[in-house]
Amino acid sequence: MSTEPIDLSREDNNVGSLVDRAAKWIFFSCALVTVLTTLAIIVVLLDGAIDFFAEVSVVEYLTGTTWNPRDATDPSYGVLPLVWGTLVVTIGSALIALPVGTLTAIYLSEYADERVRRTVKPTLEILAGIPTIVYGFFALSFITPIIQYFYADVGTFNVLSGAIVVGIMIIPMVSSISEDAMSSVPDSLRNAAYGLGATKFEVSTQVVLPASLSGILAAYILAISRAIGETMAVTLAVGMLPQITMSPFAEMQTMTAYMVEIGTGDASVGSIGYMSLFAIGLTLFVMTFLMNVGSMWIRSRYREEYQ
Amino acid sequence: MSAPTETDAFEVDDSSIRRMRFYGRIFLGACLLATMVGIVALIALVFDVVNEAWGWLTWEFLTHPPSYLAEHYDPANYGDLPTGPGGIYPALVGSIYLIAMTAVFTLILGVGAAIYLEEYAGDNLLTRFIEANISNLAGVPSIVYGLLGLALFVRAVGAGSSLLAGALTLTLLILPIVIVQTQEALRAVPDSMRRASYGTGATKWQTIRNVVLPEAIPGIMTGIILSLSRAIGETAPIIMVGAATSMFAPPNLTDPTGSFAAMPMQIFTWAKEPEGDFQHIAAAGIIVLLTVLLLMNAVAIYIRNKYDRRK
Repeated sequence: MSTEPIDLSREDNNVGSLVDRAAKWIFFSCALVTVLTTLAIIVVLLDGAIDFFAEVSVVEYLTGTTWNPRDATDPSYGVLPLVWGTLVVTIGSALIALPVGTLTAIYLSEYADERVRRTVKPTLEILAGIPTIVYGFFALSFITPIIQYFYADVGTFNVLSGAIVVGIMIIPMVSSISEDAMSSVPDSLRNAAYGLGATKFEVSTQVVLPASLSGILAAYILAISRAIGETMAVTLAVGMLPQITMSPFAEMQTMTAYMVEIGTGDASVGSIGYMSLFAIGLTLFVMTFLMNVGSMWIRSRYREEYQ
Repeated sequence: MSAPTETDAFEVDDSSIRRMRFYGRIFLGACLLATMVGIVALIALVFDVVNEAWGWLTWEFLTHPPSYLAEHYDPANYGDLPTGPGGIYPALVGSIYLIAMTAVFTLILGVGAAIYLEEYAGDNLLTRFIEANISNLAGVPSIVYGLLGLALFVRAVGAGSSLLAGALTLTLLILPIVIVQTQEALRAVPDSMRRASYGTGATKWQTIRNVVLPEAIPGIMTGIILSLSRAIGETAPIIMVGAATSMFAPPNLTDPTGSFAAMPMQIFTWAKEPEGDFQHIAAAGIIVLLTVLLLMNAVAIYIRNKYDRRK
């Protein structure tokens, strides 16, 4: 609500006042659903996680380096291999999407003419609208065979392929939000730099880029948060083997992929597998929540206001 | 005057300018290349899916239930099958039912919440909290919504792994996007129209019902359809809620607590089969899913263009 209009409505009016008051509360309860959703997410995750941590010590969960909950004689519940899988995919995809997305944004905002911008931007945004299961298929049927062409002994499931498709998937998040931030830098700043004899390259990298840094950083954090929570593409591409290894060609398992594995396996309520879903869900929720709050904070704290 | 053998007085050392120009060209090349990465990836993805699905996407595929055997999907084998060809029919119908139910819930909750925030709520702490909460919800991974649906709708409410539980989960998932887009549509209605309505003696609710909503409906519909087109491709939440991996009859809309199949789940089931031919079948399923998605987007764009009076 940018400008608050003078409220001319007659809420104290007797005509239809009952309906009017009821309407307000009905709409308010709809808005309340969103708050209740957040509460429900927290309660559900905590409730399940508390059950899980009654069986498994928090220290073992957070520091153990083996995740093997299905071993009947000696199960181990160290979450680190799953976090490692998620981390590798996230870093790999960020290495692709952040530079590519930023350069795309600079091209669209500073170099491309209006007609090109109007076609390319929505085209790239199609990438963000494609269901993630399709990216998983794309990884298996296109990216992995290309990797195998160069390195013949790479298996069907490998973390590199997953990182590449997740990287492609989050390019438009980086490029669109960064482009919005760059476009809102006023032309007077550019013209001042040109007046000092700066080239277009210098204006782009030394004036526009620093001026829109808060928006770009917010875009980075949102994209990384999306990569952490990404599920279907990594389930299909990265595989089902939780392990800590440096090889980009190894099969791994992310936190989300483990949740899918249990979800499709129909774990019975009360089993340790079912409870572990909520412990891992809580870990995932905390990670993405911190990143989202960080993104909001950066945007409001470092926003450059131009008249 | 002597011959101009001396260096020209106006000649400057322009090597630094030429160097900057050279860097500038390299930088532009890098920017262009980066822009091409996204576009080439999109083309490669579409080409790959169409290429894999070529010859496998038939009318029979659309109208028959799935099968456990890859050869049942092969059009070359249709002639000598005792059971009939394999296909995506129950999942296609299931997805449409799922989205229809999600649409009803989303329309009520999303529009209601947006009306409250845009028309009623004052600029106070509670409103700011609700809005910050909504933008945070938009960033929660979809699989977490799946866990919520599993614990809340499937177990606690007792709806089971049903169409209803799936639709409610997807509703909560897309609600933040729908609310934000509906708010934008409501904000686009000029205040002069509200004041004109109040001037005739209308109450707030009458103004919203008779003036604001009719004016904002095209924008609201566009937002809801675009959000639903995101919901239809969501796989992780419906896996957690427990969509059936293979259903041989379409779900029953009159029995919303019965089990359900949905296209993304069916595609996932096919795509993770190691047997080679299942890749073609998964690709055919993806084409069906993307076609439905494309149709929904087309309807949204049509509505937006048809009713856009500000052009």
